[in-house]
Amino acid sequence: MTAQLVQNPIARRHSSRPVLARRAGRKSLLGWAFVAPFAIVFLAFLVAPLLYALYLSLFQTQLIGGTRFVFLGNYLKAFTDPNFLDGIWFVLRFSLVLIPVQMAVSLAVAVILDMLSNAFARFSRLMIFLPYAIPAVIGALMWGFLYSKSFGPLAEFFGAFGMTGPDLLSRDLIFFGLLNIVTWQWAGYYMIIIYAALQGIDSTLYEAARIDGANQWQIVLRIKIPLIAPALVLILVFALIGTLQFFNEPEILRYLAAGAISADFTPNMYAYEQAFALANYNYGSAISFALGAIVFVCVYIFMFITRKRGSFLS
Amino acid sequence: MTSALAISKKSARRRYVPLQILLGFLVVYFLIPFWWVIVNSSKDAGGLFGGGSSLWFAADIDYVGNLIELFSYQDGIYLRWLGNSALYAIVGGVGATALAVAAGYGFAKHRFAGRRLSFAILLGSVMVPTTALVIPTFIMFSGLGLTNTVWAVILPTLLNPFGVYLMHVYTRDAVPDEMLDAARVDGAGEFRIFTQVALPMLRPALVTVLLLSVVASWNNYFLPLAMISDNRLFPVTVGIGLWQGIASANNSGGTSLWSIIILGSLVSVIPLIIAFLSLQKYWQGGLAIGSLK
Repeated sequence: MTAQLVQNPIARRHSSRPVLARRAGRKSLLGWAFVAPFAIVFLAFLVAPLLYALYLSLFQTQLIGGTRFVFLGNYLKAFTDPNFLDGIWFVLRFSLVLIPVQMAVSLAVAVILDMLSNAFARFSRLMIFLPYAIPAVIGALMWGFLYSKSFGPLAEFFGAFGMTGPDLLSRDLIFFGLLNIVTWQWAGYYMIIIYAALQGIDSTLYEAARIDGANQWQIVLRIKIPLIAPALVLILVFALIGTLQFFNEPEILRYLAAGAISADFTPNMYAYEQAFALANYNYGSAISFALGAIVFVCVYIFMFITRKRGSFLS
Repeated sequence: MTSALAISKKSARRRYVPLQILLGFLVVYFLIPFWWVIVNSSKDAGGLFGGGSSLWFAADIDYVGNLIELFSYQDGIYLRWLGNSALYAIVGGVGATALAVAAGYGFAKHRFAGRRLSFAILLGSVMVPTTALVIPTFIMFSGLGLTNTVWAVILPTLLNPFGVYLMHVYTRDAVPDEMLDAARVDGAGEFRIFTQVALPMLRPALVTVLLLSVVASWNNYFLPLAMISDNRLFPVTVGIGLWQGIASANNSGGTSLWSIIILGSLVSVIPLIIAFLSLQKYWQGGLAIGSLK
């Protein structure tokens, strides 16, 4: 399948080269005509802001003395600023726990749904996907209600056994509270992607494996998972990008979990606080840009490690 | 042979019973927040804080009363927020999809100078965290006097590099070059070929990208939170966030606000749930586009 896809364009290019060459000039303009509207938006709302953030991050504005060029001063400040470093440390720790948990849940559900394929499985698939349609703000709020001591069922449930329920909005447990919310929100989306990849596998492979004496476990581990590796890599990359720029859920739970979540809990919240609460745009830009660079480097390292599996960028 | 198959099928079905039970538990877990919200949006403040079970209805079920209160609170600002969300999601989502479809088609079906380089840049840009763009975009917009207008939310929403990537992959595989060439031989113009030959074949991917863009902008919180300070321009996510902050901040005075926050949360998710359920035959296949190669 892949080989065919790779070979086809080459063969075609060779056969139609004279025609292509004749029309090359006009065709070039035509191609750009389709891409241009997007390219304009891309330049205006991605390239320009990135360059502008970089530019802003090289200056410092003070009440006395105005704006002055400090070159990498803001970055030196950021990478020695405990608020920023704690935030980075939190999102890295959070990603390290969240991503494996999320992957395990979505992979397990997808494999189960792939094996069952009855009406109940179809219903479950939709219901498990449903949280994806919920705004992160509302999802965080819903779980905030459930965790709440004043109107959540957790306290009730543990109270029935004469115990005090865990306070997932407390400083000690907020990590797990957030972990649960994000897993709930995204596992269904990842599950759908994995499920679609599983459905794309040629089922004669399973028959062949069964004849060779493989059991269900071996089929899952040796056939299904290796064949859907590209989908898993894609999901990992998405999850990594999303988690490192964590913002919505902790921002919303800040009020409900009074005291457990500070204004600089994640790097993105810190950048937001600097820019919009303190009007310190230069330092806010530097933090955003530094965070963007960290995301980029993390993702690239990850892509480099998994590049042999093939997929997305290769 | 047939009997052996029948036996293996029978034993297979028996083995899956634990899986079905496990799946049942998972479904309950994924639905519990919805259930909590459905139950508790029927209660007034007394029912919420009165100590009854939080997972079951109180004695009086008052959806209508709460709905009236929700839509009349602060001169019906909630309805405005819903309208704003719809405006941002539809204009931004449709615009982003249109741009992505055209660009994806251009990248997949036309050879032009700089194509490989621009596509590589596009792929790299998928990794740029969008929130890193919000602060500089805000400052740029405030220079142009665009902050605190609907454009401040709509314009950045038009950017969807991943949508372009999805459309590129799908177009490359679903639209045969021969068909486009045949249309060219018949004398059709390039724009007509795009809209009448290619576009109908791209429908599953188009619906998927549209749904993803609409959901992303309906659910967006960071961008409007930063861009908009006039609460009449808030989308529903920022509006509910605001109410929630007020209600949490003053615990005693905020109790009456909680019942409309809970109902407001429920009402705000209904449109998207309907969209997803009614369009499922498109997106279920479409979501896998980027991951199959």
